[in-house]
Amino acid sequence: MKKTVLYDRLAELGGKFVEFGGFFMPVQFLGILGEHRAVRSGVGIFDVSHMGEFLLEGENAEKEINYLFTNDFSKMPAGKVRYTLMCNTDGGIVDDLLVYKVNDAKYYLVVNASNIDKDREHILTNLKYGSKFTDLSDKISMIAVQGPLAAALTGEIFGKLPEGFYTFIFSKFAGHDVVVSRTGYTGEDGFEIYSENALTVDILNELLKFNDKYNTALAGLGSRDTLRLESAMPLYGHEMNAETLATELGLDAYIKIGKADFVGKAALTSKKPKYRRIGLKITDKGIAREGCKVLNGSEEIGHVTSGTMSPTLGYSVAMARVGVDSDTSDIYVDVRGRPLKAEAVAMPFYKR
Amino acid sequence: MAKELKFSASHEWAELDGKTAVIGVTDYAAELMGDIVFVELPAVGSRIKAGATFANIESVKAVSEVFSPVTGIVTAVNLSLNDSPELINRDAFAAYLIKADVEALEDGLMTESEYNKLKH
Repeated sequence: MKKTVLYDRLAELGGKFVEFGGFFMPVQFLGILGEHRAVRSGVGIFDVSHMGEFLLEGENAEKEINYLFTNDFSKMPAGKVRYTLMCNTDGGIVDDLLVYKVNDAKYYLVVNASNIDKDREHILTNLKYGSKFTDLSDKISMIAVQGPLAAALTGEIFGKLPEGFYTFIFSKFAGHDVVVSRTGYTGEDGFEIYSENALTVDILNELLKFNDKYNTALAGLGSRDTLRLESAMPLYGHEMNAETLATELGLDAYIKIGKADFVGKAALTSKKPKYRRIGLKITDKGIAREGCKVLNGSEEIGHVTSGTMSPTLGYSVAMARVGVDSDTSDIYVDVRGRPLKAEAVAMPFYKR
Repeated sequence: MAKELKFSASHEWAELDGKTAVIGVTDYAAELMGDIVFVELPAVGSRIKAGATFANIESVKAVSEVFSPVTGIVTAVNLSLNDSPELINRDAFAAYLIKADVEALEDGLMTESEYNKLKH
């Protein structure tokens, strides 16, 4: 099991750790609800150093990523960040990731911790245009600063910030290059700061100096999960895996089926989706968690892929994978043999 | 007859008063569970069995089963937990889950000092 470079400092600051994606990560500090609310109304700081970072370089790098991933990168400006899926030849999902464009010949890729080895293997196997691939995951650490006060807090350290959501800039910390991107996994405004491992504890400590001014909360994976769930952001291994057809998630905006050939295109063109992702509001008391059966009337139509109590909304929400043509007018979720009434509702559940 | 406070190894408490008991979870259990958001209680009149699940507590993190320290019949449930499950986090000894008529106790229930040694 790996530890991030922030492990010792976060343990000292009261983090409670769990295993996640091959790393010991803090699940919470003072409490998930408090951390969640801090991110919705103020600012929270997360260690997300477990995420993987790859570099793809070469004169054909744009063609390369257009072939590797489902989104279209051909008109992407430098300094932009774009979400995409990466499929296998069956149209199943290898991972979902962010692509950072430095220039036409240089892109950073940010992938899920639990998929780093698999992704590296998949990309190396499918490289077609001679690009150079480098896995930087062990050298780079990342801190996420999230919430309506994130810009104010991050600005205290770095001054100039990326202005648009899903853009990034190179900045300096103690004379070293860092990447500051306006991205996150919480549904709030926020920033992710990528730095060499040696700098990351110092960056955290700098941010913590402004604790009193911004009432900053250290936040863990527990609130990261409730925050992303309210925002209906899918999580690899829950809403999707290698067997999930990419077109079954309602993420078609990130699948440019009309572009030139890419890994998975043939399968996604020929296969019809059997399932779809829906959002559920649980109207009875209780939490519908991953694996719970979803019924319409008495007919089983699918299962819950993630669910939680929504601290912001005050009721439980869930995402579910159900038959693509299923009727969802009379939904129940089976929670330990107890049917909880639910309603299919639009996603995201919460929007800032 | 004096009331007697007993603890189970699975972190429940039972305040025994003759043939009746008030039952809840310990503050230690509540801290391990984190922020509690729902409590699923048995129906009044239902049978509970020593060592068997009689309630489920949902925290933001996960669901936890609560095991009964006694065999008997549920005579009351703490309805205030329906709207304010966080009462357990606030004071787990004040926020009882159920009251029961007791037929038998679970084997191996502990005194408070024995329990305090166990949890550390």
